[in-house]
This record gives sequence, structure tokens and C-alpha cells, in this order.
Amino acid sequence: MEFFRIRRDIPFMRHALVFNIISLLTFLAAVFFLFTRGLHLSVEFTGGTLMEVTYAQPADLGAVRSTVAKLGFADVQVQNFGTARDVLIRLPAQKGVSSAQQSTQVMAALKASDASASMRRTEFVGPQVGDELAADGLKALAFVVVGIMIYLAVRFEWKFAVAAIIANLHDVIIIMGFFAFFQWEFSLPVLAAVLAVLGYSVNESVVIFDRIRENFRRYRKMTTVEIINNAITSTISRTIITHGSTQMMVLSMLLFGGATLHYFAMALTIGILFGIYSSVFVAAAIAMWLGIQREDLVKGNVAKKDIDPNDPNAGATV
Amino acid sequence: MNRYPVWKYVIIVIALVVGGLYALPNFFGESPAVQVSAAKASTKVDVSTLAQVQAALKTAGIEAELVALDGASIKVRLGSTDVQLKAKDAIQKALVTDAGNPGYVVALNLLSRSPAWLTSLHAAPMYLGLDLRGGVHFMLQVDMQAALVKRAESLAGDVRTSLREKNIRHSGISRNAQTIEVRFRDMPTLTAAKAVFQDQFADLQTADAADGAEFKLTASIKPEAARRIQDQALKQNITTLHNRINELGVAEPVIQQQGLDRIVVQLPGVQDTAKAKDILGRTATLEVRMVDESAEARSAELGTGMVPFGAERYLDRSGQAVIVKKQVILTGENLTDAQPGFDSQTQEPTVNLNLDAKGTRIFRDVTRENVGKRMAILLFEKGKGEVVTAPVIRTEIGGGRVQISGRMTTVEANDTALLLRAGSLAAPMEIIEETTIGPSLGAENINKGFHSVTWGFLAVAAFMCLYYMLFGVFSSIALAFNLLLLVAVLSMLQATLTLPGMAAMALVLGMAIDSNVLINERVREELRNGASAQAAIHTGYDRAWATIFDSNITTLIAGLALLAFGSGPVRGFAVVHCLGIMTSMFSAVFFSRGVVNLWYGRQNRLKTVSIGTVWRPDTGTALKAE
Repeated sequence: MEFFRIRRDIPFMRHALVFNIISLLTFLAAVFFLFTRGLHLSVEFTGGTLMEVTYAQPADLGAVRSTVAKLGFADVQVQNFGTARDVLIRLPAQKGVSSAQQSTQVMAALKASDASASMRRTEFVGPQVGDELAADGLKALAFVVVGIMIYLAVRFEWKFAVAAIIANLHDVIIIMGFFAFFQWEFSLPVLAAVLAVLGYSVNESVVIFDRIRENFRRYRKMTTVEIINNAITSTISRTIITHGSTQMMVLSMLLFGGATLHYFAMALTIGILFGIYSSVFVAAAIAMWLGIQREDLVKGNVAKKDIDPNDPNAGATV
Repeated sequence: MNRYPVWKYVIIVIALVVGGLYALPNFFGESPAVQVSAAKASTKVDVSTLAQVQAALKTAGIEAELVALDGASIKVRLGSTDVQLKAKDAIQKALVTDAGNPGYVVALNLLSRSPAWLTSLHAAPMYLGLDLRGGVHFMLQVDMQAALVKRAESLAGDVRTSLREKNIRHSGISRNAQTIEVRFRDMPTLTAAKAVFQDQFADLQTADAADGAEFKLTASIKPEAARRIQDQALKQNITTLHNRINELGVAEPVIQQQGLDRIVVQLPGVQDTAKAKDILGRTATLEVRMVDESAEARSAELGTGMVPFGAERYLDRSGQAVIVKKQVILTGENLTDAQPGFDSQTQEPTVNLNLDAKGTRIFRDVTRENVGKRMAILLFEKGKGEVVTAPVIRTEIGGGRVQISGRMTTVEANDTALLLRAGSLAAPMEIIEETTIGPSLGAENINKGFHSVTWGFLAVAAFMCLYYMLFGVFSSIALAFNLLLLVAVLSMLQATLTLPGMAAMALVLGMAIDSNVLINERVREELRNGASAQAAIHTGYDRAWATIFDSNITTLIAGLALLAFGSGPVRGFAVVHCLGIMTSMFSAVFFSRGVVNLWYGRQNRLKTVSIGTVWRPDTGTALKAE
């Protein structure tokens, strides 16, 4: 089998401007939704109590809601979770009430109204923990961005580092935009998925950049645009196949992982799809706008045909 | 060109054998078990306890698969959960004679079914996190400010005593939050007092200021002393929690410090959160009372007479009755510290107590009037009292530093000090995070995680085999080897496996195949450009390596960030993620090359490699490279 039988280099960069405008619009839409709708943060970030209760028969949400409301908790959210028999109850953090008692109290009331109610999971998070988690999440994001930029700047050149990080941060924002638009729950595992995607899709850009550098060495007559087109064309098969394989794993999580892994797998799916797009169209295009040229990458040793093993720029090739 | 030297194969074989051995315990599963451990510092679990357990099982007619002494606990492995409950009852009856005051914790547990020879290699299955086995998780915040205020209060008392001893007249000592303020009428007295501070209170730093007509000396706790106090408070709270949790009968509780002022408590298998919370939040009280030494009390102590009016009968830890008066002299609030030590003259083991100012004053008065009599220190928990120690008063004790000595071993001194300290929490705590996972959810989560990994793996392997033919088979073998190594490393490290950890495992497998795709695509490309079969394999692997390295480094940067800043579920994810990237570099490049070399390397006149169709654009026809 061979999926990709490409005769000529595909002119990916011909419509770079159009794609970049599309990217910009998607990006702006994501930012817009992030600001207008906001993320639906999980209990881990907001603080409060989360309870998962399961019933023997399909649960009557209205009854559950009124039972909990009778206890005097404000702003209670009750929803189905997974199946009709599973109910998710969310109580916001309350001052004064020892939060640890909340779940016990609610459970007792639910049991009293329907004996088949049984507790599957409770989670209580104090408000101070939530703030810390958000801060730690941002720190982790900053660490990844700075770490990857330094690595790429050393390994390639600053223009590539900037291009790759813009392309991949654009992925991150778009994933979060999806979560904001659909009001999917943004929890700690989702945050982990977002950061994992960031590290993963930078790979993609690295592979293409590697190839661009190799092409600069090899084809001395080609223009920059031609070189980029050739690099993307010759790596596209590998790009699609690896992402396809990773996506198969993620799909398996989406299908079998249950509710806990659902949004985690969702974030990965969006991340993988946009990862391909952004490495091909965004990262390479930005590098092009930034004006990469042969001299940036092939310093002094242009004449060398064989790759010197001690050459720090000795490229990886695909 | 495609041959590995022997030592490389040796490395591969060793990795296979070691990986296989340590991953193996995970496949045996777990059996219900009963675990016996000591509930108190004074009871020991040893060979005699083992014999007791064996005898108890024999009389009850229960066949155990395994009864073994493992460190400080006895583990009994049983066939089914029914037998497990029966065995627990039988052992409990035999070991715990006094239900109100148990010496041992008899708890239900799960034990790996792996054979003894594996266990003797320290090969144990991965430790399952709470989300996979069910249980309760608490995070407690220790109120350090309260600990410091408490310490400042007791220091204020000490300052008062010291100034009086040195005859330095002051016009008032007060504690303001964490600082102590002392007022003086004139400057020379203040200077004299300052000298006392420097001499006797190493933990305090002083600053003086004129305050109207008077002079004010403000003493505050030095930062390094504050850090030490906080550290001690945290340690003491952890000790206290340990003692209390023992009562819950949890087989493997985790009680750990997290950060500077937090404690994480994990109780696998516990479902009754209300009781757990109750026990964590309970306060024990310590009381000092006089022993009633009247003739009636003496006879009551021997069990021949009635307990006299105004007195109560309590047992000490060896079961000896002690008759104490009802009047309470001091409570645990006045006790600031208890440490084991040695008498400077006799070299006997001692327990050294520190009392606060109020306690010191009362203690001095009481000891002056009762030289030669006995005094009892009682610990009340759950409304039940126990005499910790009942020493004879030898002299008047004035300085607030009390030494209990005589007929004690070092171990006993340690235990007593621990009990006295553990009686109360050094600083109040608050639950700031709590998670309960039901046992059915735990089992479900294991299934879900397992299915995700299995189906994902099969899908990827099937695709690789179809697309890359024999090279795809090699890649799949390498992927399986990666999974084996990852499981083995996680088992060796005894890392906690959680559901996000299983997700990371699936994700890492999905990403690890990237390396093999890179290699296979490169080999195809070399073939397409007309390289010979052997040369294509060689250059394919060589050229792909740099890219694989680059891309793994960027993924690793993200993984390390998660490890450094993540907590809870994120950390579980990050550990597996990072380890998986490392093992994938070994398996996808080094190991898969080994397999390829073994297959193709010896064929000198190799014409074709089975790597699927290699399509050549110039001819426009697809050449089957087989």
C-alpha cells in the first residue's frame, strides 16, 4: 500500500496568505468565544463539591434538584452523566459551611428520597487549591513555550522557533476556543492534553523544518517557496500516517475510555487535527514571512556535500 | 552493514528478560487478603504473632494460600472474599482481646497472586491509584500561623519567668499576634533584658523602641526558627494522623507531606468518608492528675476494694490499674513539647516535657506540695482514658521543663514521648480537597483504561502490518516491547497508576509509533531513490534518528513541565508520559533495528525488503518491493 503518489511538489505556499487569513479568523473567533463565553472550568479549578450518584432506575433530575435545593445550597447544578441513571451534582464552594460535610449531607438527603441512590464519587476542592492550579497551569504553559523556543532556536534558528511556537500556540488557543464554544468541561486532564498536544505538534514543525534545512543544502537553485513546498510534499505522507496512528489511539480512548477520558480525548483530537494544519500551513508560512533564507541555515559549509557528524546543524532528515 | 555486534543483542536480551520479569506480576492479578499490623508503637508484629495468626486460622478451619511476615506486618492471602471475611474475624478474635483498646490493626487488603520467587525479586505489580481501586483522598492544610501564635504564647510565658529569675523589672508583657512586647521604665533595664533574650532565647530576635515615657522591646520569632516550628508542627500532625488512621483499619494508608504546609491522606478501600473525616478531625486531650494514694485506693488498685469517692480507675498500657483523683491539674494545652532524651547524670532514658507559662506555675505549686507522691499523665481519646505514665515526684519542678525518668527503656521513652505529643495536633488543620471513589467505579475505570490501550494498540499494529508489511510487523513488535518496558519500569518504581496514567500510556504508544513511521518512510524513500536494500535500511535508520531525537525532546519538554507544575491527576499522566518517551526511544530505534538486523542483516545478496509498495514517480508504476 502507498497512500501518497505525488508526482510534483504541491504548491502549498501559493495560497499561504489565504490560509493565514483563515487561521487568523479561526484564532480570533476562538479568542472571542474565550472572552465572551469563558471556559467551563471543572471543580478542580473553581473549588466546590462534585458528586456522582447512581440510581437503580433512570433518575428524575427534577426530584434530585429539589431535594438538594431544600438543603439550602444555592447555585446547584444537576445533570445526567454518561447514562440516564447517573447524575452529576455540582455544589459551589460555600463560606462557613464546612465543605467536607456538604457531600455527606446531600447524600443522606438523596438516600432518604430514593434508597437506590448510591455514591460513586465525590470530589471537594477548596477555593485556594483552585487558584493555585490555574496558576500552576499557566506556569507549565510558559515553561513549555520557553523550553521549546530555546530548543528550536539552538537547534535551528530563531525564525523557526518563533514560527513553530506561534503555529502551536494558535492550536492551543483554538482547542480552548472549542471548549469555550461548546462549554465542554475544562478539567485538569484536559489541561494535560493541551500541553501534551503542544509538545507533540511541535514535532511536526520540527520534521518540516528539518527537511527545509536539508533542501537548502541540497537544491541550491530553488527559491525559498519551492524549497518549502518540496519539504512539505516529501514529509506529508509521514505526517498523515503518524497523526493517523496517534489519532487511532485517541479514538480508542474516546470510544472506550468513558466519561472521565472523554474531554481529554476530545482535546487531543482537535489538537491533532489542527496540529497537521498548523504545521503545514501556518508554521511554514510564518517562517516564510519572517524571511528565512539559505544563509540562515547553511552557515559557511554550503560546499559540503556529506553531512559532517560534528556539525551542530547536521540535519535530521525524513 | 546491518549487523549488530553481540553486545547489542546481549543488551536487548537483558532488557527483554528484566522487563518481562518485572512486568509479569501485573498479569497474576490480586487476591483478597488480610493484613495484620501494629496499632500502637508499643506492640510488635513478629514471629510469635505469626504463630498466633496461623493457630487462629487453623482452629477456624481456614485454608490460607499464604501466611507470611513481611516487614512490620503479616499478610494472609486467601482464595475468595467470603473466606477473607471469615479469616479477618478469626484473626481479630485471636489477636485483639480488648476491642476498646486494640493492639493490632486487622484490615482487608488485596495481595498480588504472583509466585513467591517473583516477590523475592522485589517484582511487584504496579500500585493502583485511588481512582482505580476506590477509596478516599484528603488534602489537609495546616494552619501554620496558629502554630506560630501558639509558640509565641508559650515563649511569652518563658520570657516572664526568665525576667523574674534575673530580677529584671518590667511593666508588662503582652503577646501581639506572633510578637512579644515587653515594656520597661528605663533604658538600662531594657539593655539588661536584651542580654537575657540573647542568652536564653536563641529563637527570638529583638528590636527596641521608645514608646511614650516607656521603652518597648519587641521580640519576634526568627525566620529560621519559624521554619523549624512549622516543620515540627507538620511532622507532629502527620504522626497524630498516623495514630488515628490506624484505628480505621486501613491496610495501606498514605500520609505524606505535600509542599510546606499540606498533608495528603489517602485511604484505599475506605468508603465511609464520614467516619474518616471524624477521625481526622478529632482532638485527643491530655490530662495531668494526682494518683490517689490513700489506703482505699491502694486496695482498689489491687482489685480488692471499691474505688474511693472523688477518684477514678484507669489502666496503664501494661494493663495495670491506677487510681487517680478526678481533679485535673493540667491539660495538654499547657504542654508545648515532649521529647525522648537521656539523664545527664545517670544516662537513663528520659522523657522531657516542656510546659507553657501557666503550666509551669501550676506545676511548680503542685510539685512543691506533693514531693514523694505519684502523678499520672492520662490520654483521653474517644472519651476513653489511658494512663501514659505515672512517675513519682522527686523534687519541686520550677522551670517548666519536666523530666520523667526511671525504669524505662529507650524504646519506651520514645513511645511515651510520641504518645504525649501525638495526643494533640500541633496546629489546626482544614480539609481543602477531598475525593471519594466508589469501588465499582474503580473497577470500571481499570476496564476502560485497559480497553482503550488494547484496542488502540491493536488498531495501530494492524494498520502498520498492512501498510508496511514485514517492517510493520517489526514496528508492532517494537511497540509491544515498548509497552512491556513501560509497564516494567512503572512496576519497578512502584509508581502509582491512575486513569490519566493509563491514558498517557495509550497516548505514548500512539506517539511512539511516530518513530517507526519516520524510519519506514525513510527506508522507502531510499529505495525509491534507487538505493540497494541493505543500504536503504542502513541510511533509513541513520537519517531518521536525528529527527526522532528532536521530536522526542520537544515532547519531553512538555512532559517535564507537566511533571514540575502538575499535581494529582496531571502528575500521574506526566510520569507515564515522560517514562514512555524514554522507553520508546530505546524500543523504536535500538530494539526494532535489532529485529530488522536479525532478519535481514545476514543476507548478503538481499534484493528486496518487505516494506509495502514503493511507488516511483518517474515510471508512474508501482513496484512491489517484494
